[in-house]
Amino acid sequence: MRPFDYQRAERLEHASQLAADADTLPLAGGTNLVDLMKLEVETPQTLVDISRLPLRSIAEEGAGLRIGALVTNTATAADPRVRADYPVLARAILAGASQQLRNRATTGGNLCQRTRCYYFTNIDQPCNKREPGSGCGAIEGIARIHAVLGTSPHCIATYPGDMAVALAALDARVEIARENGSSRSVPVRDFHRLPGDTPERDNVLEPGEIITAVTLPAPVGGTQLYRKVRERSSYAFALCSVAALVALEDNRFTRADLAFGGLAHKPWHDPRIAELLVGSEPSLALFDRAADLLLEGAQGYGENDFKIPLARRTLAAVLCEASGVGA
Amino acid sequence: MPIAINGEDYPLPADPRTSLLDFIRREAGLTGTKKGCDHGQCGACTVLVGGVRINSCLSLAVTNDGEEVTTIEGLGTLAAPAAMQMAFVAQDAFQCGYCTPGQICSATALLEEVAAGWPSDATADLGAAPELTDEEIRERMSGNLCRCGAYANILAAIREVAEEAA
Ligand SMILES: Cc1cc2nc3c(=O)[nH]c(=O)nc-3n(C[C@H](O)[C@H](O)[C@H](O)COP(=O)(O)OP(=O)(O)OC[C@H]3O[C@@H](n4cnc5c(N)ncnc54)[C@H](O)[C@@H]3O)c2cc1C
Ligand code: SF4
Ligand code: FES
Ligand code: FES
Repeated sequence: MRPFDYQRAERLEHASQLAADADTLPLAGGTNLVDLMKLEVETPQTLVDISRLPLRSIAEEGAGLRIGALVTNTATAADPRVRADYPVLARAILAGASQQLRNRATTGGNLCQRTRCYYFTNIDQPCNKREPGSGCGAIEGIARIHAVLGTSPHCIATYPGDMAVALAALDARVEIARENGSSRSVPVRDFHRLPGDTPERDNVLEPGEIITAVTLPAPVGGTQLYRKVRERSSYAFALCSVAALVALEDNRFTRADLAFGGLAHKPWHDPRIAELLVGSEPSLALFDRAADLLLEGAQGYGENDFKIPLARRTLAAVLCEASGVGA
Repeated sequence: MPIAINGEDYPLPADPRTSLLDFIRREAGLTGTKKGCDHGQCGACTVLVGGVRINSCLSLAVTNDGEEVTTIEGLGTLAAPAAMQMAFVAQDAFQCGYCTPGQICSATALLEEVAAGWPSDATADLGAAPELTDEEIRERMSGNLCRCGAYANILAAIREVAEEAA
């Protein structure tokens, strides 16, 4: 690990001011950042420890819920309001990592966790995300865990997290404090970016911006599912995952908000899927048409070709479970 | 503020790069806690901080100032072992023993977590208090790998303690 200057932020403004420097990173639970610093993938000159800032509560806000940036993943998943009204969020969190990791992992850190691309985490390999202009090792290399949607010739990495996939299905928002003391709010669906020709930027955060909370809209009820397909049944990242908020009336969909993990550089949400499903009767043929929309521009890179049929089948499995088709 | 490990205070390390794991092993000289992967992937370094289990390899020691850390040495001693330590022996829940301190710290925390009603991926009904089924124990212990494959006996040891307490 490279030497760095350790600072503890006493106030949010203090953290924002320090984080405005390009060589400074905020530290929350550390479960991703400390790992990447050991690998010298991240080499901040200054680490600003935000873990003791008062952003640790879950509170009702309007008809929804506001989850502080430093609430642990464990606390969010165990919260009675989350379990009752946003079960898809609890399910997605519980499907990720291990109990030990979730005990330290935070809302903000989880959103900002970096890709698990093996070339990104190995500093002897070329990687445009880690070192812009050095090339992408994965495109012609080992790409089993990589993206099939929204890739670019510069990067085919995936966003690896589970929690944000549920937040995208729920249409939650990210609350961000800026260096000048003002704040802004961004839909989770727009928080992560596609790689394009700037894969070094995972999300829309600017220097000096600190996530302060995630806000959930009013509960919508219905059936909420999180289906995660992975190499082993626990303690593994998603190859493909689906978060679904589904409701039916008179055997027709009245709601079908879906988001997908493991397929792209961001949690994937395609509004055309809900447009197709809502008002229609559930059937395998319909689910196949939904998958056609999802996978319209999908491209495999050899080792990850399997993700295209896997996404189709996972989508169908979730919609079958939610609607009772094929049961 | 110092870090308390098993009730004894240790001053913060001079180098902020020191992980809590290295701090426990080198600066406090408590070598029960093991380093398997050093990247959060095996659970050998599991300790309790404020009663909550974490991977000590992914935590910088300096971020834990003022905290109370419990390691395997703090759970029980040779003269007075904890129930979970005795159950691991009674059930043959290890072979080489390298993963064992982490397994026992995790297992100890697991029982508290279930008692507190925290759900897991194996909890069928998020609205109800979780039950301590084998499936629940396996899922809640998935952050602790055992290269010797003592999983079946680890499960039996945890069952034994849970049933004694019930
Ligand atoms: C072995 C292993 C398995 C895992 N499996 C899964 C899995 O299956 N699913 C899953 O979703 N995750 C998984 N994870 C990842 C884990 O969920 C993340 O490491 C964790 O959520 C990160 O949170 P943190 O608070 O520890 O972040 P940190 O490590 O502290 O920070 C991560 C990043 O976020 C930035 N950051 C933190 N807080 C803020 C803030 N408030 N504002 C702005 N920037 C901020 C930091 O600067 C850093 O760049 C796994 C991790 C490991 C080690
Ligand atoms: S896929 Fe992205 S993160 Fe992976 S090597 Fe290519 S540029 Fe780097
Ligand atoms: S040494 Fe910490 S998880 Fe392996
Ligand atoms: S007993 Fe050898 S690794 Fe678990």
